[in-house]
Amino acid sequence: MDWIGQYNYYVVFFLMMTGFYVVVARGNLVKKIVGLNIFQSSVFLLYISMGKVDEGTAPIIVAGEAIYSNPLPHVLILTAIVVGVATTALGLALAVRIKEAYGTIEEDEIHEQDDDW
Amino acid sequence: MILDNLPALLVVLPLLGAPLCLLLSRGRPAWVVATLIAWTVLAISIVLLWQVRAGGVLHYAFGDWEPPWGIDYVVDRLAAYVLLIVSAIGAVVLPYSWRSVSREIPARLHAIFYTLLLLCLAGLLGIVITGDAFNLFVLLEISSLSTYALISLGRNRRALTSSYQYLIMGTIGATFYIIGVGLLYMLTGTLNMADIAARIASMEGSSTLHTAFAFIVVGLALKLAMFPLHLWLPNAYAFAPSVVTAFLAATATKVALYAMIRFVYTVFGPAFTFGEMHVQLLVLPLAAAGVFIGSVVAAFQHGIKRMLAYSSVAQIGYMLLGIGAMSVTGLTAALLHLFNHALMKGALFLAVGALVYRIGGSRLHEIAGAARDMPWTMAAFVLGGLSLIGVPGTVGFISKWYLIQAALENGWWPVVVLVLVTSLVAVVYIWRVVETAYFAERPADAPPVSEAPLVLLLPTWVLVGANLYFGIATGLTVGLATDIAVGLYAGGVAP
Repeated sequence: MDWIGQYNYYVVFFLMMTGFYVVVARGNLVKKIVGLNIFQSSVFLLYISMGKVDEGTAPIIVAGEAIYSNPLPHVLILTAIVVGVATTALGLALAVRIKEAYGTIEEDEIHEQDDDW
Repeated sequence: MILDNLPALLVVLPLLGAPLCLLLSRGRPAWVVATLIAWTVLAISIVLLWQVRAGGVLHYAFGDWEPPWGIDYVVDRLAAYVLLIVSAIGAVVLPYSWRSVSREIPARLHAIFYTLLLLCLAGLLGIVITGDAFNLFVLLEISSLSTYALISLGRNRRALTSSYQYLIMGTIGATFYIIGVGLLYMLTGTLNMADIAARIASMEGSSTLHTAFAFIVVGLALKLAMFPLHLWLPNAYAFAPSVVTAFLAATATKVALYAMIRFVYTVFGPAFTFGEMHVQLLVLPLAAAGVFIGSVVAAFQHGIKRMLAYSSVAQIGYMLLGIGAMSVTGLTAALLHLFNHALMKGALFLAVGALVYRIGGSRLHEIAGAARDMPWTMAAFVLGGLSLIGVPGTVGFISKWYLIQAALENGWWPVVVLVLVTSLVAVVYIWRVVETAYFAERPADAPPVSEAPLVLLLPTWVLVGANLYFGIATGLTVGLATDIAVGLYAGGVAP
């Protein structure tokens, strides 16, 4: 097993768990979004890593090159990045509206303000 | 010509209608466009179901790129069955929406509201019809993002926090799903569901496959609000505008459940799911806990919307129990309940929407004595409630009947008891509403109310009628659900 050669996957899972932890553990709504972004970025890296072919160049046809990296994961991740940007934008917009409505973006302070239904 | 392109039009029409609504920028024309599109989509769904009723499968290769390279839209009986219920709910909810929305949402947001609703509809229909695992993710996010925005349009400021909470949990779910799809792609080099299914058949014991399965199932379980991943659901339903609640309760979780069934049965196959991954060991206890806790918590709620939302958690538990039963009868029960629950919750939430329209709220003390002034609305609620309880003659009875049969086949007496007991708890929480609305005195300082307008009553009663019709004429739903279940278990299941 080539442990060093898989270092990008270690990075992926480190980022994934970091992001996930931030989303779960932080009470600040903007920090949660940051965590969510780290979490999603790790998935982008996962896809990009799997698209890499040993010795392969960028997937553009040029004379003298026979091996190319797999372009499909790149395309998929372009889509996923767009989705991620939209999610971030919506999340931040909601955080702004919450700030306007409650005067805070700390989760526990928001819960204090709402009477129980 | 048109007939060949129906699978694509089903998704493309609402997707094109959405920007059109935005460009119209005024509420009423946007509503007319959205309603016409919803009806057209329903007609398309009916035609598609008719075409595949005998068991055929329609394929539509987008841009003429042959699968597995291009995106393949696949309509089989399962897809057509779910398409029918989703588009039917859309077609019923949209005519209702105009009056309700003009009361609950500021006028400048009306066009945006219909834009979002069409986007959500397009996403949900797309999830059902697509045969491509990554395309499913994109459509899942289209429907989810529009859902978050729709929920945040609620009047109470807690709609914002509910929407935010759903955004976080929904995005984690979708990202888990996409991790799973990525691992499957690493393993097989394809994203086409049928192609994945064919290639993983010989890969038993691969730990990558196990991990991919776990990520996909947990991700979808978050979207379908499986207990204990349901935390986003009660608030989202309680604080969203009434129309949105009715639409989401009847479609969104059902479509996520459909995606789960699609992966469990056609991509991974029941033999792998139950024989190698032993999913039933996880799903059964969680489903049972969801059924019990959802029902009991519902009985303690003060707001009707929140009560019905917790009841939804319980109903999703019933569907998962059906899947966990690992038999044709169990899956039939799950599919029946998927269809029937959409009808009953749709009817109930539309009735609640009519209450909100006249009274301004739907908490128990607000609707005290309302039945005298709003007899038709409350009668619809009562009939929907009876269906939720599972009284014979309504659809709720049919699906619970099959679920109990499935449990008996496996000799699972505790499950039978659970279903019966939780049905009794449903009697309790429906009765609390009925008691308050029929027998309590209207508060002295409450403003006078009158019956809800016909445009709200008619769609509500259409769904109530469907509850009664499909409760008696079970040929279409039971026949179709049984055929689908037999087809999905055709590969056999290792005990």
